[in-house]
Amino acid sequence: MAFQILLNVFLGFMWMFLTGSYEPVAFLKGYLFGLLIIFTFRRFFDSRFYLLRVVAVINLLFIFIKELILANIGVLKVLLKPKLDMRPGIFAYPTVLKEDWEIMVLSNLITLTPGTLVVDVSPDNKILYIHAIDIEDAKETIDSIKNTFEKAIMEVSR
Amino acid sequence: MNEIANIAIIVLIIIGAFLSLVAAYGVIRLPDIYTRNHAASKSATLGVMSILLGTLLFFYVKDGFFNSRVLLGIVFIFMTSPVAGHLIARAAYNSGVKLWDQSVQDDLKNAPHMKKSASKDQ
Repeated sequence: MAFQILLNVFLGFMWMFLTGSYEPVAFLKGYLFGLLIIFTFRRFFDSRFYLLRVVAVINLLFIFIKELILANIGVLKVLLKPKLDMRPGIFAYPTVLKEDWEIMVLSNLITLTPGTLVVDVSPDNKILYIHAIDIEDAKETIDSIKNTFEKAIMEVSR
Repeated sequence: MNEIANIAIIVLIIIGAFLSLVAAYGVIRLPDIYTRNHAASKSATLGVMSILLGTLLFFYVKDGFFNSRVLLGIVFIFMTSPVAGHLIARAAYNSGVKLWDQSVQDDLKNAPHMKKSASKDQ
């Protein structure tokens, strides 16, 4: 991915030298034409066309912000109830992610999800131990983690 | 345009102050360290972030001054506060702080890597 971006910047400079105008607009124009060239020759690269990955990262950022707001509403609901009748507990969640940074992003996302907080990661990076504020909802939480977060992170790293 | 911006600033700062208040209330009310951590690490994050966002908007609308340091502060808080919550919970668990007595499940107690370290202590 980094190689494709570097190549695109190089093509932008190339355009500036070819036209002879050294302004930001010329660079931007060259960058866009370079994007088109890289898209045309995408089958010669090892990884995917890099704009798809940029879109996936932006998608992940929006999931982060949405979960943060939902988490705050969830905490508000628990706190402002007249009786403390939640049932907290720690459950194990096996993850399919392998890389260190993927586990880091996943556990940050889980910590910002409504009602869950990562307490420990097993040494072999296979199991996350999550403290849930209401263990009854934990089953749904596991499903939603599987469907949204892990898929979104895999979309970035693929 | 100015009126809309003013309303947005007022709403952001009031929401931020309210969430910080709720975080403080949660730290007092909830029974054990893990549930308190939920309140402190979530509500405080969004509270401080929305106050900073309101500040950024205020100076941008009033003076036309875009303060990028405030934006960096928002990003730093967003990145570091879940990690801080995780580390506090982990340190508490490893030093043997008990869960609330109405907790129903504890998978970490039977985890293979925790058993080894527990037997070393005894």
